[in-house]
Amino acid sequence: MLAWKIGGDQGEGIDSTGDVLARVANHMGYYVYGYKHFSSRIKGGHTNYKVRIATTRVEATTRHTDILVALNQETIHRNFHELENGLLLADSAFKPVLPESASAHLLTLPLTEMAKSIGSVMMRNMVAVGASAALLQMPVAPFIDYVTAKFEKKGEAIVAANRKAVEIGYQRIVDEYAALLTFKLEEPVPGDRLVISGSDAIALGAIAGGCRLLCGYPITPATEIMESLAKWFPLVGGAVVQMEDELGSITAVIGAGFAGARAMTSTSGPGISLMQEAIGLASVTEIPAVIVDTQRGGPSTGMPTKQEQSDLLALLNGGHGDTLRVVLTPGSVEESFEDAAEAFNLAEQFQTPVLIATDLSLSLWQQSVERSRLKASAQPIRHSATFSQEDLLALGESAFQRYRLTDNGVSPRSLPGEINGQYLATGVEHGPSGKVSEDPVNRIQMMDKRLSKLEGIHQMRDGFKYEGPMEPVLILVGIGSTVGILREAATHLPAKVGVAWFRTLSPFPTERVQSVLAPARHILVVEQNALGQIRQLMTIHGIADSRFDSYLKYDGVPFLPEEVVDRATPLLNTLEVH
Amino acid sequence: MATLQDFRTNENAWWCPGCGDFGVLAAMQKALVAVHANPATTAIVAGIGCSGKIGNYINSYNLHVTHGRTLPAALGIKLANRDLMVLVAGGDGDGYAIGMGHFMHSLRRNVNITYVVMDNHVYGLTKGQTSPTSEEGFKTKTTPQGSIERPIHPLMLAVSAGGTFVAQGFSSWQPQLASLIQKGIEHPGFSLINVISPCVTYNKVNTYDWYKKNLQNLDDDPTYQPTDRSRALTRLHESDEMVTGLIYQEASTPYEALIPGFRETPLVHQDLTVDETTWNKILSTLE
Ligand SMILES: Cc1ncc(C[n+]2csc(CCOP(=O)(O)OP(=O)(O)O)c2C)c(N)n1
Ligand code: SF4
Repeated sequence: MLAWKIGGDQGEGIDSTGDVLARVANHMGYYVYGYKHFSSRIKGGHTNYKVRIATTRVEATTRHTDILVALNQETIHRNFHELENGLLLADSAFKPVLPESASAHLLTLPLTEMAKSIGSVMMRNMVAVGASAALLQMPVAPFIDYVTAKFEKKGEAIVAANRKAVEIGYQRIVDEYAALLTFKLEEPVPGDRLVISGSDAIALGAIAGGCRLLCGYPITPATEIMESLAKWFPLVGGAVVQMEDELGSITAVIGAGFAGARAMTSTSGPGISLMQEAIGLASVTEIPAVIVDTQRGGPSTGMPTKQEQSDLLALLNGGHGDTLRVVLTPGSVEESFEDAAEAFNLAEQFQTPVLIATDLSLSLWQQSVERSRLKASAQPIRHSATFSQEDLLALGESAFQRYRLTDNGVSPRSLPGEINGQYLATGVEHGPSGKVSEDPVNRIQMMDKRLSKLEGIHQMRDGFKYEGPMEPVLILVGIGSTVGILREAATHLPAKVGVAWFRTLSPFPTERVQSVLAPARHILVVEQNALGQIRQLMTIHGIADSRFDSYLKYDGVPFLPEEVVDRATPLLNTLEVH
Repeated sequence: MATLQDFRTNENAWWCPGCGDFGVLAAMQKALVAVHANPATTAIVAGIGCSGKIGNYINSYNLHVTHGRTLPAALGIKLANRDLMVLVAGGDGDGYAIGMGHFMHSLRRNVNITYVVMDNHVYGLTKGQTSPTSEEGFKTKTTPQGSIERPIHPLMLAVSAGGTFVAQGFSSWQPQLASLIQKGIEHPGFSLINVISPCVTYNKVNTYDWYKKNLQNLDDDPTYQPTDRSRALTRLHESDEMVTGLIYQEASTPYEALIPGFRETPLVHQDLTVDETTWNKILSTLE
């Protein structure tokens, strides 16, 4: 496994350069994971993109870098400490200086000059790509093929220039630095994989789950979902509406759900705060709705481009009144795809809003995913209990009871357009027919009916997953993007360490959590917020004892597997002494 | 063909005797009959307020949402099922205070829905506070010395925000009001019908008599042509919006007809499974 990084100023095409490397490596049969560091500026400011290239699945970034490509001196200053015995390729144009303390080899190439020699400074990053291929001892042909295909539409001249850029970058390294080429990737593992982000996965899952309408308002880091669907929906007859705010977004989704369509909105913490009243409306009117929260640093504008998992309690309890909340928490890109599709099934089947809590890291960073894990056909659509037109005709006029009391709390619904199915869906408390009622007995019946739906959902979800030995000494517990980090940390830990993660926060999988955690002698709950929100939830559900410990991080930077290893190791040591 | 009776529910209207909202309800029902609507294919979204109760009294698919959010809900319904006739009704507080953002954007978005605002210049349900349409000096419990804010002018706002159908009716003038709502429903785009609907309990200034004295009926002015945006604005400005009738209308293509790839068949009737070819086409954009 190797880690390559490119750094420069924001707006200099760092992202697309990293993308080329990741995609080519993926295409060759490597598993890649791309991690972007960026600030809340559009242009200027340091940015870097790190790609890990491996022969097994990667779901996290790492502390170490093997090869760093620096397009300016700031990149060296900010990143050289990662380069233990690594290679630093820098553009000689800025006269790079390697700090004394660095333990890296500095290689310089006149990247800018070389780019100009083939027509444009714009080619600099492609020269760097070619040079990187050589430094990684990867064949150049797949890179040439990739740029040929990528720029095909832009005409022959552009294709030729890009090919040339890759070639000269590659050749210069081979010619001048052959002696330094020590890094070599293992043999690739051919497969059919796509490099996608969690946002892509959610958008794909939504389409697979029958969603055909997204009403949303742009917000980092959730906008990618909206943008992907804007691109894909025309292929399936769906629509994206950019609303005036999140209040409108969620209410439009509720309107569509009332009419029988599968609709969603995607937002981040600030948007969730604005949607809370309407989520309650969806609960009480029993209208399906899917809401994705891509969490970022809060509260308020907080740290919009930074990683955090601090909306969990708001998702569960942020609304007023007693409402039913279903909160799904995918712990990987693949699970993001599955949960997005499943959210629409659960929302419709149980006629209730379903929230998906993901986070910035899981949503934005791209990684290799098996195409076989992204099958629309693997996510069959399940519909809600409905009254067909025949049923309603047989029932006669004014007899349909939209909110009839049932054993599982779900009342078969009618859809607008059906004769004899007319009813009133109102946020005011109502009786079985839908008519407004403040009768105390009715109130209790209707509240209990709605809340009882959680039990049915509980039956359908395996809300807490575990991977690891049968008799773990330590279990690392996480959520969202942290799960992949914990998985990698576990492979570096000496003892019997397992990883467990939540797939559902509501309905809370109490018994499953208890049974999974029972054999462990120590439990470390790793979460990216300051309040220990997952720990709080576990405590509320009676899951707390002296075996539990928290590892919290709220600096906006994702956990590194190494940090988790460092934090867990002393725990294991003390345990072994006993 | 549906009759007035078909659009009634078995509930008795809850409003104070004499409330203007009775007239709005009656006119809406008449308009629905006039356009040959079918209760089963009619959806009505109502806001929060005395006015918002209107959905309880019309036999149709009714959605009663949170305060101020009627228009987005209607958009969702229309995009989910474009075969439905979608009407929206709510108060001046609902539409022009808490819901003002949606009002502006609905005008420019132009989804084919009909918006009936029941404007009584006061907050009824919360028992008498100023509203955005209350006049300066209007005394209420929250403005005991009289309102010191200028009233908004919803009609001028609508015309200038790109509205494609803007009208005003008076709940007492039934034939005109019913005909305006009918035209609004028939208009292929967003239609606003602001209806003067007096609150007999909390507004002792803008009474039926006051309106009858001050309102000009555009139908009585054969020279007025509702096809010129700037003339419409001038007329509204000169009359301080004290006019009834069709103020402005232009040919329009509704939003839903402009969405790329959006189909004539309503979303709710589409097969949601994605065939292999389409799925691979989507995935190929990620390669
Ligand atoms: C979010 C929210 N804020 C405040 C209220 C309280 N409230 C209910 S109706 C209303 C105003 C009603 O005035 P208007 O829309 O003019 O309707 P009317 O009652 O006059 O028909 C208010 C402020 C509420 N229901 N929800
Ligand atoms: S308070 Fe006013 S608006 Fe409300 S029902 Fe009575 S008269 Fe009508």
